[in-house]
Amino acid sequence: MSPAGWGIQALIEAIDSNAVLPRAELVRERKQAAPVVTPVLRVPAAVSGLPRNPRLRRVSPISKFAASAAIEALGPERIERVAAGELRLGVICTLMNGCVNYSNRFFGEVLENPSVASPILFPETVFNAPSSHLSAMFSSTAPNDTLLGDSAEIFTGLELATEWLLRGDCDGVLVVAPEEIDWLSAEALRLYSRDYVASEGAAAIYLQSGGDGPRLLSVPDPIPLNAGADRAESLRQLVEESGASDDGGTLLSDSRSGVGRFDAPENAVFGDWTGPGISVRKILGEAFCASAGLQLVAAVDRVQRGAVERALVTTLGGNEQAAGCWIGRK
Amino acid sequence: MGCGLAENAAGFRAGRTAFRPVDLFDVSRQRVGTAGQAELPDSLPFVSKMDWARMDRGTRMALISAREALETSNLIGGEMPVIVGTSAIAMPVGERYYLQAVEGGSNRGQFLRVETYQAQYQMGAMMRALGVRGPLRIISNACASGANAIGQAFQMVAEGKADRVLAGGYDALSQLVFAGFDSLQALSPSGVPRPFDAARDGLAIGEGAGFVVVESLESAQRRRAGNFARILAYAAATDIHHLTQPHPEGDAALGTMTRATRQAGLEPEQIGYINSHGTGTPLNDVAEARAISRWAGASTSQIRVSSTKSSIGHLLGGAGSVESVLCLIALRDQFLPASLGVRDIDPVVEFDLVQQPRETLIETALTNSFGFGGANATLVFSKEVRS
Repeated sequence: MSPAGWGIQALIEAIDSNAVLPRAELVRERKQAAPVVTPVLRVPAAVSGLPRNPRLRRVSPISKFAASAAIEALGPERIERVAAGELRLGVICTLMNGCVNYSNRFFGEVLENPSVASPILFPETVFNAPSSHLSAMFSSTAPNDTLLGDSAEIFTGLELATEWLLRGDCDGVLVVAPEEIDWLSAEALRLYSRDYVASEGAAAIYLQSGGDGPRLLSVPDPIPLNAGADRAESLRQLVEESGASDDGGTLLSDSRSGVGRFDAPENAVFGDWTGPGISVRKILGEAFCASAGLQLVAAVDRVQRGAVERALVTTLGGNEQAAGCWIGRK
Repeated sequence: MGCGLAENAAGFRAGRTAFRPVDLFDVSRQRVGTAGQAELPDSLPFVSKMDWARMDRGTRMALISAREALETSNLIGGEMPVIVGTSAIAMPVGERYYLQAVEGGSNRGQFLRVETYQAQYQMGAMMRALGVRGPLRIISNACASGANAIGQAFQMVAEGKADRVLAGGYDALSQLVFAGFDSLQALSPSGVPRPFDAARDGLAIGEGAGFVVVESLESAQRRRAGNFARILAYAAATDIHHLTQPHPEGDAALGTMTRATRQAGLEPEQIGYINSHGTGTPLNDVAEARAISRWAGASTSQIRVSSTKSSIGHLLGGAGSVESVLCLIALRDQFLPASLGVRDIDPVVEFDLVQQPRETLIETALTNSFGFGGANATLVFSKEVRS
């Protein structure tokens, strides 16, 4: 789920063709000043194919994106098995920005007149609303966690998922990274650099023990980005601890966005990478946790298709961690 | 109730309440104007002025609590994972960002607000102030977040992934969240919650933080550190009945209580005290009471239960961890904190509702936490383990 379209096929086509996606403008009107116009990349308005579930009736885009990506990752057969109680499905959502759309609307209503602020909006502002909707949609009472962090948080989600699987808390885990656009966060992103383009979408990965899919070879502990940390050195340490190496055939799926100042540490570490590489943010914009999820999905797809044997996925987060994982064919 | 173990132990032992008018933001147009608002110091000697200024109210409470947890464990910082639960993160900072964006023409101060709004920024600042280094995990499962954090720390230590973990939860009052609960008409109009009272009419919001160091016994013994109590079990489940309402029969709560006591190797009648989720809303309390009756069966009348939210309010992301710490205090000091303000017990209550602080012998305690979205968690503790 990305500005390239609904579904993985649209994502892969955009990456493979190095597409230039059309930008939209987010216009915020102001009473006593000129409107604020922010360029963004949006998920195209399209029929999503979402089920008619009462939980999804009034949700904001983040939950719709999460639901659509989760349904695609899980597939119809597993969805039936979860509903029949034959497959215990854990759900993990990783967020940085979260449910900002309804938070914005609800807080606006509170300031206007709190006595009529909408009780429908407020529950959807809570960070774990999207993950709750997923468990309800699939009728799964297995564990459900929402993790917060910078844009590299999905890798902590993978680590938690492996804990659940190894412990037998569930039979399979959906790790989902959804984010939505709102002027609050889109304008905030431009405070870091005017070159950033805010984006939205969702990525979902299904993990289980065994099976024929690509393997999660390692998820090293994230390297904390303490104040003043050498970001390139942190990333180097992460790569070393992942066990992956540049053998000419390993795919690198990195978090470079095309914004020079912020890409510099990754340019320093990966400048001489000889294997193939993809940088989804350069095409799809910056959607925080969802972008890291899309990095992972794109890498899994390449491994699954047999285009590469292994892939290293790394995200240099904004203010918390350098994190990543190493995946490979069975 | 106060700052630190001693003040809280004394307050709950005396049966005090902590509700007062909210003066952190405008509540003049809300239906309710009181909450369990905490008193915080203006500074801390071990935190620079700049760092303190950049910490939001919730992080300041978390820092104070986490520092006491480390001191109580004879630790001064060090390497350890940190697992934190929060629901509202630094919402007041986000509110200021919003207000300036819609009212002002300038971006002055906005970059810092964006950074300091983020939970990982705040918890990173807390870890630096504590001298703690390690991976950070932030769980946001609404009002079960704090219990989930301690539970996951327990699992991490029990499975040998870490010798010790600093874990807890926090949340501060914020206008958005306060107004949110008011919009749902979930707040008691009187400002006084009466969990398990037949005429209960809602909850009161509170704020606070609770942290613990979860450590393996071997590791604690190696460094000759004492311990407060033992975590016996943790269970989590998802209630998919409704986004904001529990299953009326408390199915998920029954599931976590059953799994947790089974994991602990205990029968319900061996649980000396339950610190219930007990919000004081009509739907929550009836569901939890039914779950307790179904779980304890014929032993229900022996089960001693209270809701400490009747004293301090609902601390949201901090609730599960603060209520865990209250269980530890009960185990250490051998008393049960009370459900205050109950006039007529709801007929659904079949357990022994503790209505006054009660001196007693207690070996084990269980705490329940339930959150929006159906996050359910149960923790079981036993008395101090002597080396």
